Amino acid sequence: MSEAILEIKDLWVIYKTDLETVAAVNGIDLRIGKGKTMGLVGETGAGKTTTALSILRLLPSNTGRILKGSIRFQGEDIMGMNEARIHAIRGDKIAMVFQDPMTSLNPVMTVGEQIAEAILLHNEGIKTAEVDRRVDDMLGMVGIQASRKGEYPHQFSGGMKQRVVIAMALACEPELLIADEPTTALDVTIQAQVLTMIKDLRDRLGTSMLMITHNLGIVAKICDDVAVMYAGEIVESGTVEDLFLGKRHHPYTDGLFGSIPSLTSRATRLTPIPGLMPDPSNLPKGCAFEERCAHRMEICLKQHPQKATEGTHSILCHLYGEKP
Amino acid sequence: MSAIDTRTPLIEIIDLKKHFKLNGGAKLHAVDGINLKIYPKETVGVVGESGCGKSTLGRSVIRLIEPTSGQILYNGRNIMKLGGGKMRELRKELQIIFQDPYSSLDPRKSVIEVIAEYMFIHRRYKTRAETYHRAVTLMDLVGLARRYANSYPHELDGGRRQRVGIARALSLNPKFIVCDEPVSALDVSIQAQILNLLMDLEEELGLTYMFITHDMSVVKHISNKIMVMYLGQCVEMATSDELFANPQHPYTRALLSAIPVADLSTRDKDFVILRGEVSNPINVKPGCRFAKRCDYCTEACTLADPGPVEVSPDHFVSCFLMKQEV
Repeated sequence: MSEAILEIKDLWVIYKTDLETVAAVNGIDLRIGKGKTMGLVGETGAGKTTTALSILRLLPSNTGRILKGSIRFQGEDIMGMNEARIHAIRGDKIAMVFQDPMTSLNPVMTVGEQIAEAILLHNEGIKTAEVDRRVDDMLGMVGIQASRKGEYPHQFSGGMKQRVVIAMALACEPELLIADEPTTALDVTIQAQVLTMIKDLRDRLGTSMLMITHNLGIVAKICDDVAVMYAGEIVESGTVEDLFLGKRHHPYTDGLFGSIPSLTSRATRLTPIPGLMPDPSNLPKGCAFEERCAHRMEICLKQHPQKATEGTHSILCHLYGEKP
Repeated sequence: MSAIDTRTPLIEIIDLKKHFKLNGGAKLHAVDGINLKIYPKETVGVVGESGCGKSTLGRSVIRLIEPTSGQILYNGRNIMKLGGGKMRELRKELQIIFQDPYSSLDPRKSVIEVIAEYMFIHRRYKTRAETYHRAVTLMDLVGLARRYANSYPHELDGGRRQRVGIARALSLNPKFIVCDEPVSALDVSIQAQILNLLMDLEEELGLTYMFITHDMSVVKHISNKIMVMYLGQCVEMATSDELFANPQHPYTRALLSAIPVADLSTRDKDFVILRGEVSNPINVKPGCRFAKRCDYCTEACTLADPGPVEVSPDHFVSCFLMKQEV
């Protein structure tokens, strides 16, 4: 096992309003090895983005709250950092690419200025010529002609905008890149371009990555390790081999695979997971997946499951845990 | 294959065009000469990337958008010339399910009112009670619990909202339904539920679908026949099995290769990367529209439109490469 760049232990996050308390992340453990790409998989509302925002301390300050747990980046406790320290890390050591390139760029700044902003912020006293050179380099790296740096975001297509966002994120050569559904808003052929580019850059720069996605195909293509999230918990985690080739799985993971129409075989019916994710403001006492599970047992109603681990592969389910 | 051809198509589209006029006299060729036959109880998939004209095609077929030229035959009868009253009558049989269940439902109408609306418009039943009774049976049919009858769309999740949209489309006993990306806005597990529902309804009610999507695995799953569109034109058309087993057009091949498959055996295989992006079909010049991004582009490709070539029975490809082989 390689050295960890990021280690999350027993993280609990809630969103609290006057009306309700939403349990968004409920005690997750996540470890990203140096130079590795971790895929965080799950459906809408599973808590993937909340986890990412917690790492960068970007949770909405009026509602989001970390109840307990620790997040350590290169051994340093992120939650204990003062504002100045987290500012120094955010965008420099840890960078993030958001899902929607249309809304994550500033419409009244040229793309060149936006890339330069990150470089200027994290390199005090840097010469203008040097900044220009690095902006040109970054654009070249993501496959955009440097001559277009004076243009505004609206002059670029969706795929090009996402390249600009990735160029901004990589401008300071971060140690960890968090990519939150970076290709969901793009067409498949453009997605293939962007994924290939991300893969090449990662291999060249040795960046560690947290890849948030709902697409198991993307996981199979570029991730080393995977964690499957459901209702704020990591229900299964392991290497990609554990997840795609392993014999034992969490029933939710099985359900996700059963829901994808296959390109190679001709199945007449899909086997979806019945029902919906439980309301995160009112989670069941036992297993969160119990209501939709085909292997439901009596114990699932009463008791929260324990993690069953075998080598690198962990499953949070009573089927595999020690029976009391 | 030839056995199919003896039947009358339910829908036949002949050289359908839709050109939008832009400022300054330019024309956007959204749909440019599409020919398609859809037989009863068949599902025809239309795939392509954003901006290829697939939604415009779907809406033109049922005249929600008035086509510029061409013919649409419904049961052999040209519906392009029908007047308002007759067309309204026919709308009962031609329905559409929209992509976004969040914006295609009236936020001020409850579920039961949304489902009953078309039946009131077409005066389907004499009394309100009969209409609402039918609306409730439609809710049962699409798997929507009756307790949601008085809920408003914002209270439902995406999957249930899409079920409302489906119930509404079914309310007038249509024969033909255009499904315009009906599962694209949904999570995978919910997407699978809705796909199964649509396939069950097809079976039970003998429906015919035109299924528009950008998702190749979804289209393969649900369609008998698939048409691949690029910038307003059909580049390849074949049965679902044939298209995936034996794709011929360079664009289709690239599209299929670009899908990340949830299978480790293809992990180290590189995507076929297409250069550039889809451009706009504004004031198009003659020549293959895909030529700029195509690795096999020759001089011939930039001079004239490649017409469709039947490479094997019912498998049509519009590419000059095929002409050389034939």
